[in-house]
Amino acid sequence: MAEAAASVDREAARLTELDSAIGDADHGSNLQRGFAAVVKTLEAEPPGTPGAVLTTAGRQLISTVGGASGPLYGTLLRRTGKELGDADGVTVGELRAALRAGVDAVAQLGGSAPGDATMLDALDPAVEALATSFRAAAEAAGQGAEATVPLQARKGRASYLGERSIGHQDPGATSSALLFTALAAVADEGEAA
Amino acid sequence: MKMLINVPDSVVADALRGMAAAHPELVVDVENRVVVRRDAPVEGKVGLVSGGGSGHEPLHGGFVGAGMLDAACPGEVFTSPVPDQMVRAAAAVDSGAGVLFVVKNYTGDVLNFRMAAELAEDEGVQVATVVVNDDVAVTDSLHTAGRRGTGATLFVEKIAGAAAAEGAPLDRVAGLARQVVESARSFGVALSSCTTPAKGGPMFDLPAGELELGVGIHGEPGRERRAMMTAGEIADYAVDAVLADLRPRQPVLLLVNGMGGTPLLELYGFSAEVHRVLGERGVPVARTLVGNYVTSLDMAGCSVTLCQVDEELLRLWDAPVRTPALRWGC
Repeated sequence: MAEAAASVDREAARLTELDSAIGDADHGSNLQRGFAAVVKTLEAEPPGTPGAVLTTAGRQLISTVGGASGPLYGTLLRRTGKELGDADGVTVGELRAALRAGVDAVAQLGGSAPGDATMLDALDPAVEALATSFRAAAEAAGQGAEATVPLQARKGRASYLGERSIGHQDPGATSSALLFTALAAVADEGEAA
Repeated sequence: MKMLINVPDSVVADALRGMAAAHPELVVDVENRVVVRRDAPVEGKVGLVSGGGSGHEPLHGGFVGAGMLDAACPGEVFTSPVPDQMVRAAAAVDSGAGVLFVVKNYTGDVLNFRMAAELAEDEGVQVATVVVNDDVAVTDSLHTAGRRGTGATLFVEKIAGAAAAEGAPLDRVAGLARQVVESARSFGVALSSCTTPAKGGPMFDLPAGELELGVGIHGEPGRERRAMMTAGEIADYAVDAVLADLRPRQPVLLLVNGMGGTPLLELYGFSAEVHRVLGERGVPVARTLVGNYVTSLDMAGCSVTLCQVDEELLRLWDAPVRTPALRWGC
């Protein structure tokens, strides 16, 4: 596993691009605003450890994104960062365990579970598949996001649609899949380098 | 779509600058997005803080002032504010008597205010929270996000604000706010879509000859679409939807609320029909408020909120209030 510090930095820039490409009414622009602030903060004061990068990024997302995605993504990164502690480097296994704690914290905060058509439908299988590889995790997240299409949304604003939410891919699961795709891309670069 | 704006990115900041210029009795922090009454914190008084996405004006900034909110936190258009804004607001209005957060039931608002409550308590501010969930168009169950918060927010902020102004302690102010939430229900109708500045076009597609029954204040769909109805038919539908959920045994406060794009001429005509229906159903109306209070940008349409009141709630409703958008008795 390459230094997470650099990876999150590059991941943030990539995500900004990817999210604006989706053009989802405000999920995209909100995340774009948040990750732009993350990059700015990390560049201004680069944290010393992978854990610190994630906690700093998470706090920044909570402070700038708003909506539900701010606290949820902020909690994901903050909790994952806290689990990593102040180690200088992390193994894939350590990252996976930390992400598991982060995803559990998201589930607790949002009061949701896989199957509710939320970001958990991408995050949960991705963390499981990380046992195999970053590439497998990204693919699992993408499949998880696609699997929200036939589901009825039970959480967030989409839940007000009731049965009418069936047939739509959840934006939160989609952006979560983008996150793991970016992570995998950076991990590949790290291995190649 | 033509809009009276500079660029979409600065819509909220520009509006706050205008608010600051128009209301010297408020301190408007444009950069940090917090609106606070100038005389805050009021010694010995519980502070009331609310907030939510912009686009619902005058909610919430227009309700900051004596007898109502002490501070408001506007978010981006239709997006919850962030915890930093709420923590800043809580610190600005806390006199030591604690702060009540009035939160509309949307996932983003609930999560951000929950985080803010924890952070404010770390800084020594005692915080209580009440979540407003009055929209009967949405089912409330363990498996959903629950009913949306809409028009009843105005009743909660006014009545809890009056109790706080009288010097009631935090648990009493919070208790009254929860009583109002339990006593109030709403139903909304859209005749057209709203237009978000970022998108610049209609948020949803509503054909000219149809209306959306049970719409939310962010253009979220409601229960059903039908061919356009008369004001009288809409009043029958909306009032019956509320009364199916709320069975008042006492007189009610009535809010006939415009969504932002419907003239008062139509709202008063609709209000007459709501009075007719309530009369037919045997529900006495204690007070009526008609106007654009909890809006959805430029959406044409209206909502009906009923809140059953005892003598105490009615007295607090009638108590003096002095804010940009609601003012009486002083």
